[in-house]
Amino acid sequence: MDKIIGEPKKAFMTGNETVAWACLAAGADIMFGYPITPQNEVMHYWTRLAPKYNRGFLQTEDELSAGFTTCGAVQVGKKAFTATAGPGNVLMQEPFGMAEAMRLPLLTVIQQRGGPSSGTVVYSQQEVTLTTYGGNGEGHRIVYSTATHQEIYDYVIKGFNIAWKYRFPTFILGDGYQAKMREPLEMYDPQDKGIEMVKPYSLIGVPGQIGVDREPQHLCNIYSLEEELYDVVMEVAAEYETITPELVEFDSKYCEDAEVIIVSHGVVSRAADDAVKILRNQGIKAGYFRPITLRPFPQQQLRECIAKSDAKQLLVAESAYGQLERLIKQEIYGETIKINNLFMPGVGIIDFDIINKVKSII
Amino acid sequence: MAMLAPATPKSWYLPTKPHKFCPGCGHGITLKALGEAIDELGIQQNTIFGCDIGCSLLAWNFFACDSTQTHHGRTTPVMVGIKRARPELITIGYMGDGGGYSIGSQHLLNSAVRNEKVTLILVNNTNYGMTGGQMAPTTLPGQITETSPYGRDAEATGYPTRGPEFIAELTPEGAYVARATVSKYKQLRRFIRNAIRNQMEGNGFSFVEVLSTCPTNWRTNAQQTWSFLEDKMEGYFPVGELKNPLGKGDK
Amino acid sequence: MSLIRIALAGEGGQGVQSVAEILTEAAYNENQQTIYIPNFGLEQRGGVSIAFIQFSDKRIGAPKFNKADAVIALSGRAIGRTAGYSDENTLFVYDSGFEFDKEDLPKKAKKIIAIPAVDTANKVLHPKVFNIIIMGAVIGLTKVVSFDAAKEALEHKLGHKFESNPDLRELNYRALEIGKEMAEKSLQEEVDNNG
Repeated sequence: MDKIIGEPKKAFMTGNETVAWACLAAGADIMFGYPITPQNEVMHYWTRLAPKYNRGFLQTEDELSAGFTTCGAVQVGKKAFTATAGPGNVLMQEPFGMAEAMRLPLLTVIQQRGGPSSGTVVYSQQEVTLTTYGGNGEGHRIVYSTATHQEIYDYVIKGFNIAWKYRFPTFILGDGYQAKMREPLEMYDPQDKGIEMVKPYSLIGVPGQIGVDREPQHLCNIYSLEEELYDVVMEVAAEYETITPELVEFDSKYCEDAEVIIVSHGVVSRAADDAVKILRNQGIKAGYFRPITLRPFPQQQLRECIAKSDAKQLLVAESAYGQLERLIKQEIYGETIKINNLFMPGVGIIDFDIINKVKSII
Repeated sequence: MAMLAPATPKSWYLPTKPHKFCPGCGHGITLKALGEAIDELGIQQNTIFGCDIGCSLLAWNFFACDSTQTHHGRTTPVMVGIKRARPELITIGYMGDGGGYSIGSQHLLNSAVRNEKVTLILVNNTNYGMTGGQMAPTTLPGQITETSPYGRDAEATGYPTRGPEFIAELTPEGAYVARATVSKYKQLRRFIRNAIRNQMEGNGFSFVEVLSTCPTNWRTNAQQTWSFLEDKMEGYFPVGELKNPLGKGDK
Repeated sequence: MSLIRIALAGEGGQGVQSVAEILTEAAYNENQQTIYIPNFGLEQRGGVSIAFIQFSDKRIGAPKFNKADAVIALSGRAIGRTAGYSDENTLFVYDSGFEFDKEDLPKKAKKIIAIPAVDTANKVLHPKVFNIIIMGAVIGLTKVVSFDAAKEALEHKLGHKFESNPDLRELNYRALEIGKEMAEKSLQEEVDNNG
């Protein structure tokens, strides 16, 4: 694969620009996109970079089309991606559902904005439910929630590999803050970090001669019989459960003796991290748990954190009205620990907010 | 006497025959014309056939060509994505009037404007067949369907969509636009062949609407079916090539 | 250097965001940790534009903050819009060249000072280097980056313009210098007045 970055190098840029560079370094062939804030600059940077590296781009008529064109491109073996937010994410659930059904390795970057409806163009963590479980029926997907530009870079590269290795649609769940802020990161070519990029492959338009050395490939996502669909859904569910241990990622700190464990994801986990340190300095035993994969959710790991600590309480902090909390509740069903919340839908959370909340509940 | 063409095109996938369309349905005729066109052009090995939801879906494993099946109205963007990613492949999208003119109209319209190098075949049978015969954008004024049980009231629901006419308006030079009918088989096959050739030559967007029959939902016998097609439909939807960059040399 | 948080606010078009961009790039080049996030909304132009900037020698947490170490407000509206970011530890700076309602000034601040940046830009230098004066003033007030790093970042950002018009380089450097001195003087006067 071509080297794009050369020697690993430091950079100072926005999250959207980071996405474009990471896709380039990961060997993405083509992007399909439709304008929506706050992801626009992913397209802006990609359209500037793509022609220099012989990569493709199409601005489609809407997000349905952006999703379905991406589905088409991956079916014929190209690393394709798209990016969206908010109402665009709603429209894209239709193609994402097809990708789940047909096991299409899409990579999608979601930069969450406020909702419901058009909401704000700024920031939120209100697209967790939609991004993790947005399809009709019961499809399977992989969702990484990033917190820093370095993670955006790392997980975009990883996301392409995971998508093509396991053939599940894969998501990088960012937000307006991550999209628009500038911070330092290190860019690199995957091979320089010992990362082998999974080669894309065609599902249709495959090599060989039909009727000579191979059968025609017929892909479908609809079945005549209930039993046919049942078999497919059960088979995919079983496969997903098998690979779940390889997929789950999380971070935890100071949980061993914690009295209260703060659970957060994405950019809010940065504030939670600071809050825990400040609380510890003040003699309050706070712990930190952050799911990096929201789907599959590191439920076993969270249960273990609760078990090994003395914590009587969880505090779920999110820039949403309970989307992470609902995930946690379903994932740790049976635990008796009290779950508190700090819900700030559509606005940023800082360490101060979390510290105050912790003090109010202990 | 002229030799008859072989009954089964080479590009048909035999394990899925006989096909699943209703008796008297025009899809079989259209797909035969498409199969023969694929054979004549020798493109079976590098064609991607894509079909919509609706009766067109039943063609998902019809051909011995690599094929994909999409969502209702979304065949156009999937074909566009494939063509953009691998321009060497011949992409043929297959859809009904509901998929193309109603739920997928924004894709059809914008792909036409962008002159995407894909071939789309849209089968117009004036109703939603698979879902049980509802009114479609192409339902004729006065025509009875499940959702226009007293006949289509054009004042309340608009007049039938004339697709090739608006696509001809929207597309730039290089596009191929035609309307065929299953009642004129040789012309149908020629138009489809032209629409594929036009893509192969890289000229532009290539579109054929095919007027077709649906006796099941029309609740017509053989004679009434044919009469509705030839007298009513062909009267409202003129058959012919609206745009042909290939010139007159083709027959 | 421990964490320093700056809210820089002005009218759309005043160049607040480019100042933030150049300053944070200068800090980045000096191997500091730095984050900059603009407030962005529906308007492409117009409205109060705020840059939230943080500098530190340690990893920085949340990209936004509720109280700043320094607030620099560059219009009447910007004063009212940013007063809430000020508390008893905040240096609140506004431009003396704008009309504003005294009620809009923050109720809590470590110091509130006015600087004549607009006036200086218009009379002494050139209106278009107003934002560079402000950048100099931020450096004078907070010492977040060295003067040399600021010049270097300025060169990086505007070098292509300087190439075709070398006088512009001098003008920008002077604006930076004047802004810095202006801020240092304001701080000194404050000390003198209070002392």
